[in-house]
Amino acid sequence: MSEPSKLFKVTIDNITVEVEPGTTILMAARKIGGDVAPPTMCFYSKLKGSGGKCRTCLVEVSAGSTADPRPMPKLVASCRTNVMDGMIVKNITSERVLDARAGVVEFLLLNHPLDCPICDQAGECHLQDLGYEHGKAGTRYEFKRRTFEKEDIGPYIQLHMTRCILCYRCTYVADQLTNNRVHGVLERGDHAEISTYISKSIDSEFSGNMIDVCPVGALTDKTFRFKNRVWFTKPVDAHRDCPTCCGKVTLWQRGDDVLRVTARKDEWGEVQSYDGKPGWICNTCRFDKKHTADWVIEGPTKIDRHSVISQGHYVGLQQPKETVQAVMGGRAPKLLMDIHSVSDVNSVDISALPGPATSKTFDKKNQ
Amino acid sequence: MQLTQRAKQVDRRPMTFVESLYLWNIAKGMWITFTHLFKKRPTINYPEQTRSFSKVFRGLHVLNRDAEGRENCTACGLCAVACPAEAITMEAAERLPGEENLYREEKYAAKYEINMLRCIFCGLCEEACPKDAIYLSQTFAPANYGRKGFIYKKDELLIPHPVNDPQGYQKAREEKSGKVK
Repeated sequence: MSEPSKLFKVTIDNITVEVEPGTTILMAARKIGGDVAPPTMCFYSKLKGSGGKCRTCLVEVSAGSTADPRPMPKLVASCRTNVMDGMIVKNITSERVLDARAGVVEFLLLNHPLDCPICDQAGECHLQDLGYEHGKAGTRYEFKRRTFEKEDIGPYIQLHMTRCILCYRCTYVADQLTNNRVHGVLERGDHAEISTYISKSIDSEFSGNMIDVCPVGALTDKTFRFKNRVWFTKPVDAHRDCPTCCGKVTLWQRGDDVLRVTARKDEWGEVQSYDGKPGWICNTCRFDKKHTADWVIEGPTKIDRHSVISQGHYVGLQQPKETVQAVMGGRAPKLLMDIHSVSDVNSVDISALPGPATSKTFDKKNQ
Repeated sequence: MQLTQRAKQVDRRPMTFVESLYLWNIAKGMWITFTHLFKKRPTINYPEQTRSFSKVFRGLHVLNRDAEGRENCTACGLCAVACPAEAITMEAAERLPGEENLYREEKYAAKYEINMLRCIFCGLCEEACPKDAIYLSQTFAPANYGRKGFIYKKDELLIPHPVNDPQGYQKAREEKSGKVK
């Protein structure tokens, strides 16, 4: 047989890259990076067996290989198609791909409630990004959207089945990270839904990673629910010595309050790898360690500057020196109005609540 | 460098004796005053009389309700992030079962405050709102003796309830469209 180190040459959007045999087109495109990499909703490189369901990564193969340079008749899912030597792939340079992708986005949004103003995932949602970059403004769907009753799947994870796009990532997490999977996709076709069998709660130690892999807001953190919008919190890299997981996380802070803890994400929105191992975090780190004192702060997380999260301008923030006291001989300036004495906001420490605030939270304060 | 063709050379010669009496200039000024006797008066008797605002006037904020009186705002934070003066703050809460007649969606703004001292009435909050929940009406913030009165909270911002207070609601809607002067 041929020597094992032979690399395949593949051209994607007129950029040639050499990859190992057995690499998928998607991973080859990610090696190039930037806009060349097709978007993915169901494929997750750290989960075995994921991909092939959402069809957002469709690409056009205009030449199969050097040996057989015929084009592939249909668009192929790049996450499930391996490269061949001399393959020529068109992604954003192909009109057909862009048209097909707009169609896929329309299909994904058929039953999506578009409740982004409520959804805690807004701002870091892959479906939002996908719709913004590849979708069309309108839909042709005229019927009632499919809706589900809200279901309780435990104290930590909030399930919103209406937002789900059935990518199956969370079931792979349960299969590959936890000992027993208690949830899955029930029913089929239009009735298919993620659920536990029968109203069990998910309480495995690594189950929280489902929140991180969920590309939409179907699975969100109940301890962060409605606490704040993602773009008003500042992401900070931090770590702690955790006996069960790697302990490397991103803290989403407001002031010094830790509102949410997530695993660190790489440029593809996936959990970062350390020494080849994905940095999944355990539920103790994610849900229980909500004090800055629990963590060793490393510094602000790098966020893509096109992301709405970076509107906070928290990177390189320098507190200006207070000069009034120096000028006034050590006396504090006389405030004409202290906003905190007037404002009702922050009267209750919302970050300390185990779940979302309700009208009861604010009632107690008044009594 | 000459910017326009209308530039005039200033006459800097010292005034003559006749000129320094200002007789001609006084007569000129008096003539202007006299002609104004026959012109339309530009002033009005405020506050008995008020001028109408422009159709696009941006005044005091109103938090909107739908026809059943449920609050539109879901505390999505888009107004706060759009606000260039950082005048808007809010706290969200989850709607409990039984509160469906109060709030339109499962999340609502439990606290919503606009600092009218910071607000520049640019209207970006209205443009950012995905729920038609905030709009700028055709009135302006009334004067106040203290600064504390300019922190507008939900009870001051919310539009009157259309079922419980239909007259107040109707008045607010007319103010929105600029029919009331």
